[in-house]
Amino acid sequence: MNREIKRVTILITLMFVSLFVAASTIQVISADSLTNDRRNFRPVYDSYKVLRGSILVDNQPIASSVSSNDEFRYTRVYASPMYSALTGFYSYFQGRAGLEGTLDSYLRGSNSSQFFEQLNAIFSGNPVTGASAELTINPKVQQAAWDALGDMKGAVVAIEPRTGRILALVSKPGFDANLMAVHSGSQSQANYSTLLTDRNRPLINRAIAGDLYAPGSVFKLVVASAALESGKYSPTTLIDNPATYTLPGTKTVIHNSGEGKCGGAKKVTLQQALKLSCNIPFAQVGIALGQDVIRAQAEKFGFGDTVKIPMTVTPSVYPTNMDASQTGLSAFGQFDVRVSPLQIAMISATIANGGLAMQPTLIDSITTANLQVLSAPTPTQYGRAISATTAERVKSMMVDAVASGVSSNGAIKGISVAGKTGTAQNGPKQPYTLWFTGFAPADDPKVAVAVVIEDGGGMGQKGFGNLLAAPVARKVMQAVLNQ
Amino acid sequence: MARVRQLGNPRNIEFALLLLVAGLYAFELAQIQLATVLVLRNELILYWAPPVVLAFVMHLILRLRASEADWLILPIGLFLNTLGISMIYRLDIIKPAITASGNAPDLFAQKQVIYTAIAMAIAAAVILLVRSHLSLRKYIYVSMAAGVLLLLLPLLPVIGKTVSGARLWVGIGGFSFQPGELAKIALTIFFAGYLVSRRESLAVVGRKFVGVRIPQARELGPIVTIWLASLAVLVLQRDLGTSLLYFAIFLVLIYVATARPFYVVVGALMFVTGALIASRLMSYVGGRVDSWLDPLNEATYNAVGGSYQLVQGLFGLAHGGLFGTGLGGGLPQLVPLAESDFIISSLGEELGLVGLFAIFALYLLLIARAVRISVQHNDDFSKLLAIGFGFVIALQFFIVVGGVLRVLPLTGLTTPLLAAGGSSLIANWIIIALLLRISDSVPRLGVVAE
Repeated sequence: MNREIKRVTILITLMFVSLFVAASTIQVISADSLTNDRRNFRPVYDSYKVLRGSILVDNQPIASSVSSNDEFRYTRVYASPMYSALTGFYSYFQGRAGLEGTLDSYLRGSNSSQFFEQLNAIFSGNPVTGASAELTINPKVQQAAWDALGDMKGAVVAIEPRTGRILALVSKPGFDANLMAVHSGSQSQANYSTLLTDRNRPLINRAIAGDLYAPGSVFKLVVASAALESGKYSPTTLIDNPATYTLPGTKTVIHNSGEGKCGGAKKVTLQQALKLSCNIPFAQVGIALGQDVIRAQAEKFGFGDTVKIPMTVTPSVYPTNMDASQTGLSAFGQFDVRVSPLQIAMISATIANGGLAMQPTLIDSITTANLQVLSAPTPTQYGRAISATTAERVKSMMVDAVASGVSSNGAIKGISVAGKTGTAQNGPKQPYTLWFTGFAPADDPKVAVAVVIEDGGGMGQKGFGNLLAAPVARKVMQAVLNQ
Repeated sequence: MARVRQLGNPRNIEFALLLLVAGLYAFELAQIQLATVLVLRNELILYWAPPVVLAFVMHLILRLRASEADWLILPIGLFLNTLGISMIYRLDIIKPAITASGNAPDLFAQKQVIYTAIAMAIAAAVILLVRSHLSLRKYIYVSMAAGVLLLLLPLLPVIGKTVSGARLWVGIGGFSFQPGELAKIALTIFFAGYLVSRRESLAVVGRKFVGVRIPQARELGPIVTIWLASLAVLVLQRDLGTSLLYFAIFLVLIYVATARPFYVVVGALMFVTGALIASRLMSYVGGRVDSWLDPLNEATYNAVGGSYQLVQGLFGLAHGGLFGTGLGGGLPQLVPLAESDFIISSLGEELGLVGLFAIFALYLLLIARAVRISVQHNDDFSKLLAIGFGFVIALQFFIVVGGVLRVLPLTGLTTPLLAAGGSSLIANWIIIALLLRISDSVPRLGVVAE
């Protein structure tokens, strides 16, 4: 009988070995993947134990943690919906979004650069204090952009051309991030659901990561740049200027905005075509250049690239495999060209900076609780998009467009402003997407701006870029220049 | 004879170990209070004293009535039981005074202390009253009747209760009780006694076929009966674990008694066949299997009765990692039934893989003592009883913990000694008492047996 008992013992041992193996597998081998599972809230709970760092604008917190007398220890507090496109939210129950997500490892003190603090925390028993992030945002410019958009849906991005520092980034409607920071799971869930199902989609960050927009005429800046860079065109090159134009290989007839000949003459210069935003001449220039040349130019400005500011910006799209007629449409920002407002601001900033694109960023510095600077990005070149000469020429066209062209509402008294409006069609009966992008002062640019307004700014097909978007941009630029 | 080394008076070693365990227990409770409410509360003594005092009472009784009993079993039992109370207390202490629904929260630690005291008192009584385990042989058919009756109790109308799909409970007044836990003791006694009397015929009779001795049809009677009973438990009480537990005890004991692997092979095939058919026919078994095979699947995770609990348990274990968060430092409360079915994931989260290994090792040690007792005894009944009890603890632990760790599909058994629940504590302390009693009569070195 002892032989059988021995064999039963072997069976018992095997059973326990399987438990040892299973426990090791779960707790060591697959621990990381289980910890990172979206449905696992333990890391969030854990991070609540640390005093999460603040997100600051001009040394004032726009997101900060304050003590709370419950098991969560801290409540996350947000200063204003005006900053919701920047901060995103940090929720016990709904996860993280925006900078709260992108900067999470710094804010909760678990970034590898905070190693010594973590080590110190292990030995002292005190929890790590997270680092705080100071943003490049100028609160006055942010406020001006927020106010200027009023009740319209859209976005504003303002960039300092020389450095790439983002001075304002607004998406409207915003949301109250405090709603997700509440300590009741059901309340947080209910608040989140309300925002998620809101037909105005406040949780979408329209400035960088919303649905992309058709750029309309602001894309002519890219085509004009490509034309000048190609060497085949100069600002004075004459282009045919008929009242209507049938796209090659199709029966599609296109018109200029406002119908008729753009400016009235039989031929028009490239300079005038941009100043008056003529669709037909640009369609011809686009077809003559070809889609590959335009695409190469667009990509130098940042199209197709995943730019991180450090939030991820949805890449803007210039379509591939177009026929000549589609290329013609794309040349004035229609067909399937899709852009983010940040991309458009980057184009203006690049032209303003003599053709050299700067990496856009929101981060001024990241500093630990004991004032050790973990990160303070210096201005970084993104790359040269166009030559200084081309930049100068496009700028001159944009100055004309504001001073005496169709982008007149961007003008600021006593200051030379460069600008370009856009009014993109989204299909029959669909309201337009309205644009303005530009920079000021033209001779010493302090700010480049892009404004997009959805749904025709509430005016359907009666809203135009110059009517609604240009005044917003003007107020934003004034806010910078009045400093 | 195995006992070559003499370690001095076993009761003195036991006494020292009990002191150590009592100290550890106090440390656990203090650590929990400091980690969660940040101050020491004197209610600590109310949780600490009853199990510790009763352990020393048992120790005293052993000194008087079973002085040669094994010296490791009682300290291990006390350690596992008190570690369980610590975890249950740790889960209680963070509960708010009033829950979100406006009710008082369910608290388990005080009850667990009371159950522990009752269970240890019963264990002490068992040691006092059962002067020799051999007398149990007189009651094998009473045991059978009691075992069957206890198994059937939850099926009765009115008093039978269904908890999370399994009908394993009996509720009378405010009390609920899992009679299956006691049934496993009665049935182990019955199997051991029955097999001792029948082992000769079961082992020898039968024709040889291809080198394997096939028992006569009527000798297959008992195994078929037990198989049908196990399937009845599976179908009627809807719990795979309980069903597997009873059938496996029987298979192991019949194998040890007859030395014929034939029974194990045939029995295992019969059980697997039955269980497979059941899992196809009954959706709840199928659901458990789906959760087991692919718990992270979104649909399985979100399904009612799906893998949510299992996955939360896995998250907890992963959170604990190698060294754990420390008692009171984790978030075991996020797992449903963290104090009972999933107490092992709670412990794994806070004590880490290291802690789980220690707990597994202590169970193995406890089981090893039962095996040792079984090997050292010379009479078949004692041998079968000891290995039977050892195997019951091993298998039940394996089924429950294996369910949480995804070795097996999840079932509704309780983790012996650790999990919240009175019936299980009483049953396991009776097993401990019986093992102590059996170990006391192990033939000594120099004493000629038979």
